Amino acid sequence: MSLAKQATRERAGTRFSVWLLASSALLITAVLVGTMIGPAGPQWWRVPLELLNRLPLVSIDSGVSIEQWNIVWQIRAPRVVLAAIVGAMLSVAGASYQGVFRNPLVDPYLLGVAAGAGLGATLVFTLQRQSTESWLIDPLPLAAFGGALVAVFFTYLIGNAFNKSRSNTTLVLAGVAVTSLATAIQTFILQRNNDVVRQVYSWILGRLSSATWGDVRLILPYVSLSCIVLLMHRRLLDVLRVGDDEAIALGTNIRRVRFVVVLAATLGTAAAVAVSGLIGFVGIIVPHAVRLLAGASYRRVLPLSILLGAAFLVAADIPSRVLADPAETPIGVVTAFFGAPFFLMLLRTRKTQT
Amino acid sequence: MKMKVLTRAGYAGLFICAAMVFAACGGSENSSETTISETETTIAEATYPVTAGGITLDAQPMKIVSLSPTHTEMLYAIGAGDQVVAVDEYSNFPAEAVALGTKLSGYEPNVEAIAGFAPDLVVVSYDPGSLVEQLNALDIPVYVGNGASNLEAMYEQIEQLGALTGHLDVAVQLTAQMQDEIATAVADAGTLTEPISYYYELDNTYYSVTSNTFVGQIFSLFGLTNIADTAEAGNDYPQLSSEVIVSSNPTMIFLADTKCCAQTEATVSVRDGWQKMDAVKNKNIVELDDDIASRWGPRVVDLVKSIREAITLVAASK
Repeated sequence: MSLAKQATRERAGTRFSVWLLASSALLITAVLVGTMIGPAGPQWWRVPLELLNRLPLVSIDSGVSIEQWNIVWQIRAPRVVLAAIVGAMLSVAGASYQGVFRNPLVDPYLLGVAAGAGLGATLVFTLQRQSTESWLIDPLPLAAFGGALVAVFFTYLIGNAFNKSRSNTTLVLAGVAVTSLATAIQTFILQRNNDVVRQVYSWILGRLSSATWGDVRLILPYVSLSCIVLLMHRRLLDVLRVGDDEAIALGTNIRRVRFVVVLAATLGTAAAVAVSGLIGFVGIIVPHAVRLLAGASYRRVLPLSILLGAAFLVAADIPSRVLADPAETPIGVVTAFFGAPFFLMLLRTRKTQT
Repeated sequence: MKMKVLTRAGYAGLFICAAMVFAACGGSENSSETTISETETTIAEATYPVTAGGITLDAQPMKIVSLSPTHTEMLYAIGAGDQVVAVDEYSNFPAEAVALGTKLSGYEPNVEAIAGFAPDLVVVSYDPGSLVEQLNALDIPVYVGNGASNLEAMYEQIEQLGALTGHLDVAVQLTAQMQDEIATAVADAGTLTEPISYYYELDNTYYSVTSNTFVGQIFSLFGLTNIADTAEAGNDYPQLSSEVIVSSNPTMIFLADTKCCAQTEATVSVRDGWQKMDAVKNKNIVELDDDIASRWGPRVVDLVKSIREAITLVAASK
């Protein structure tokens, strides 16, 4: 290796660690601000004081009453944490899907996750309406999760059954078919049960407003597992970037890589969708922003997508709960509204630089 | 990208439906006369703890937040209005509730904003997401009064709210009075000499209700026949086609979409192919107040009375 090359690599390395640090700082700031701002509860500047006060060996009189702290800790905090988890998951899943399918416009809902989860949720809303007894466990996330996995399972089954070549176009088309079918069934059910339309509609728009610590505990294992598996494949995703034939020539089992990455990304996305509904835009915009900022290598894109995706959704959730106070603005509206111009701005600045 | 287009198209349908459902609940504060006599608020010496409707209160609630228009009407009618501190944006009756000026959302509830009122009782008609769980985490009890499936269930909810708020005596009085007035109205209408069929319109895409629904059962009290009953087995809110409605030729048409969708006798009369229907020819089209027709609250009595008047007119014209 020539000295010049080594120098380039080192410089790139430092730049990556700078990006890592900056993204982490951004995430921490977003989480802090997110915990401080809301339509009720204590004044914003009292929250960090109370947080310090809660640390062992520190005692500060923050002037926060128990009721106010309850609002922060029981209502706001789980919401911020859930936003971070869901944002991270959707972003890293989007980046991985884009890598596997070598298509920049792919989002995490490509293979039927969204439509499957939507169908599962619709079924629960329709069935639950008929039984007035409350269930032991909330069936909604389970049904959405199950629906998402079943839909992707069918996509894979169909995609593989008709797949003569090694191309993944069949899989994408199978995803389109399964999505349309699931959406059609969902629409049919809704048309017959139009009294639950409002609930389903608000679920589809995506929401973090109903976040509880229980939701966080429910999805954390799946999301962690998914993120770890995806991060382990970051090098292999880089290999896939050169093309199928070249990747095979390099000794990569591309079918296996593709299967494992899609499985992991789907599992995590399904878990995220199960508690938060369909939050659009995050899975496309965050990975692209990362690529524009820090380069296209998946060794950078995946970890940075996790951090920035989390920061982005936590930040987007703040206007979502404050703008329409005392109601909510759906989070999907905010992500699109603030995300789109930001993305365009990014595209433009990059263009003028190069 | 094609997939996205398809998905969007599918959801666009939902959006339109949802928009209509939203609209059905809105509307102006066009309040009809109250039939319930204003009862003096007496803070009854109710003994707490009280258990009703699945929750237990240790003391009389003095800061009630209602996220359900129906239950807001109930609370004011049983004399618990002074204890209500906030209501949702669709609670447009009575005027005192509107005067609170609190436009909380029952569909996209902002839990923090609700908790900000430090309520000691929250009343909802359904749990969107985990609202109950979230409020319970703050030790705020939540009364869930699901849409009543019949008059009995409605009376039960009024009395449960009466017990919880310390106005059980007034609530029992109110339900007795409502039962009386409904029975009188039905008796006044008498038995039908000829069968009368009706079509009940929820919105201008011909969604209707069957006799199994709350509102359908009220029509059944008068012995009316619902043309939607045979439409679709197992679906109590079927969407009828224009052809089915015209060929069923109902004697009467009840419009519960005067506010949401601005339907009137005039707009119905000019619909293609509807001119030859008996109900249109004889002008037996009844414009109902969407809000009254969609709530299972004290103003059901008003609905019953308007049905009775309409039937009397039809019977007289025969």
